[in-house]
Amino acid sequence: MKKYEAVVIGVSAGGLAALDAILPTLDASFMMPVLVVQHLSPDMESYLPLHLNMRCALHAKEAEDKESLRPGTIYVAPPNYHLMVEEDKTMALSAQARVNFSRPSVDVLFETAAEVFCDRLVGVVLTGANSDGAAGLAKIKQFGGLTIVQDPATAEVDAMPKAALKSTAVDYVLPLDCIGPFLQTLARQGLHESSPGE
Amino acid sequence: MNDTLIIENERLEIQLLLEAIYLKYGHDFRSYAFTHTKRRLEHRRSIEGFKNFSEMQHRVIYDEAFFNSLLLDLSINVTEMFRDPWFYKRIRDVVLPHLKTYPYAKVWHAGCSAGQEVYSMCILLEEEGMDDRVQVYATDFNELILQKAKDGIYPMDLVRDYTANYQKAGGLRSFSDYYSADYDNVIMKRSLKDHVLFSSHNLVTDGVFGEMNVIFCRNVLIYFNKELQNRVLQLFWDSLCPGGFLCLGSKESLRFSSVADKFDVVSEREKIYRKKRSPSTL
Ligand SMILES: C[S@@+](CC[C@H](N)C(=O)[O-])C[C@H]1O[C@@H](n2cnc3c(N)ncnc32)[C@H](O)[C@@H]1O
Repeated sequence: MKKYEAVVIGVSAGGLAALDAILPTLDASFMMPVLVVQHLSPDMESYLPLHLNMRCALHAKEAEDKESLRPGTIYVAPPNYHLMVEEDKTMALSAQARVNFSRPSVDVLFETAAEVFCDRLVGVVLTGANSDGAAGLAKIKQFGGLTIVQDPATAEVDAMPKAALKSTAVDYVLPLDCIGPFLQTLARQGLHESSPGE
Repeated sequence: MNDTLIIENERLEIQLLLEAIYLKYGHDFRSYAFTHTKRRLEHRRSIEGFKNFSEMQHRVIYDEAFFNSLLLDLSINVTEMFRDPWFYKRIRDVVLPHLKTYPYAKVWHAGCSAGQEVYSMCILLEEEGMDDRVQVYATDFNELILQKAKDGIYPMDLVRDYTANYQKAGGLRSFSDYYSADYDNVIMKRSLKDHVLFSSHNLVTDGVFGEMNVIFCRNVLIYFNKELQNRVLQLFWDSLCPGGFLCLGSKESLRFSSVADKFDVVSEREKIYRKKRSPSTL
């Protein structure tokens, strides 16, 4: 079994409920960093890290520029900044132009993380009203990562999962309430792995 | 070829491209945040239809106009008046009272872009009755943008947002006291820049700017890599007088830098720091 090193999640409209259904189910043995892009109104102070921190066993915080990724931590992209992963596994923020009318953009996170983690990345696309994340998920797949899309039938808004399904031959289409337990299983596999070999 | 090898090779091509730009035109982007730089270059590559970055390197060496468009791609100049209004409120409430205890003070805006940050500070200084006692230096490495800063002319349609920011920042008057309007533009009041010196300064290649009481460098370091950030932060440390203030952008922090223990945190959210008076180590 393969050992995964990081999880990236993209979510838009209906995101809060979807994240609440997934992240609080992860327990403290979850040893991967989880990076989240949720589309929010640009002048809103992000309450998401606080909100998640109260509900999750994992530590949730806003992603900071040049911060190193740590296992078992949830990083949320700040409103109005793109979140990227650098080669040395630190995060970087940027205020460059919107991508897919979005900043932060799911594609920007997914594409940059794919280049760093290659086949050791898990990408998850959840509910949302646009097609951000579709190109990024395709890139994760192209680099050998594991791709998961929320079953559109269980999504509050199904455009984003549908767009992702169209762009990518995804590995798993899962109902919302199965995604957390599934991620937990992936993390356990990594944990019991003695050597990081394929 | 496997994916890691492709990425490694591409990185090499980009490094050579940046090296070519540096050798040919003297602009040094080699230590800018890599992923950001790569995405900007990738954007240009796909617009122009180059097969790879090596083709782009050839073109940039022979075609100065193409270089100029790359230069625009690589620079982010977004700025506004009283950007992050709560930051300026803090400057007024915490930093200016300290400055008032000096007979004469110096303020440096490094990476001032089109000048909005500078005029915002000058407005504060005027309202606090300190404008005669403070010399302001405004620098950027982009000559075009620096000229805009000197002109102090901004599109009328931005003024609504600027006015709202000014009020949120605790402005004491009406923002319209500080500009005159013509059809499409506003021109900032001339006297605001009486004590401002605009000049070209490159944070990568130029040196210390002496004995500052306050340095603003907001939303510039975020585009540098860690090593360059540390180098520039050391430059700021060297340029500050003991007890001088350093102000960073809202998503920038000293936390992950090599100078963190040479500064005290004045205000975490506003990213205002203060050079320690007697540093334990140099
Ligand atoms: C995003 S703007 C920030 C403007 C303003 N400080 C603010 O926070 O609104 C970044 C500015 O940094 C300048 N800059 C980038 N690299 C620089 C360097 N090496 N030396 C000096 N200025 C630089 C750019 O030209 C640009 O005007």
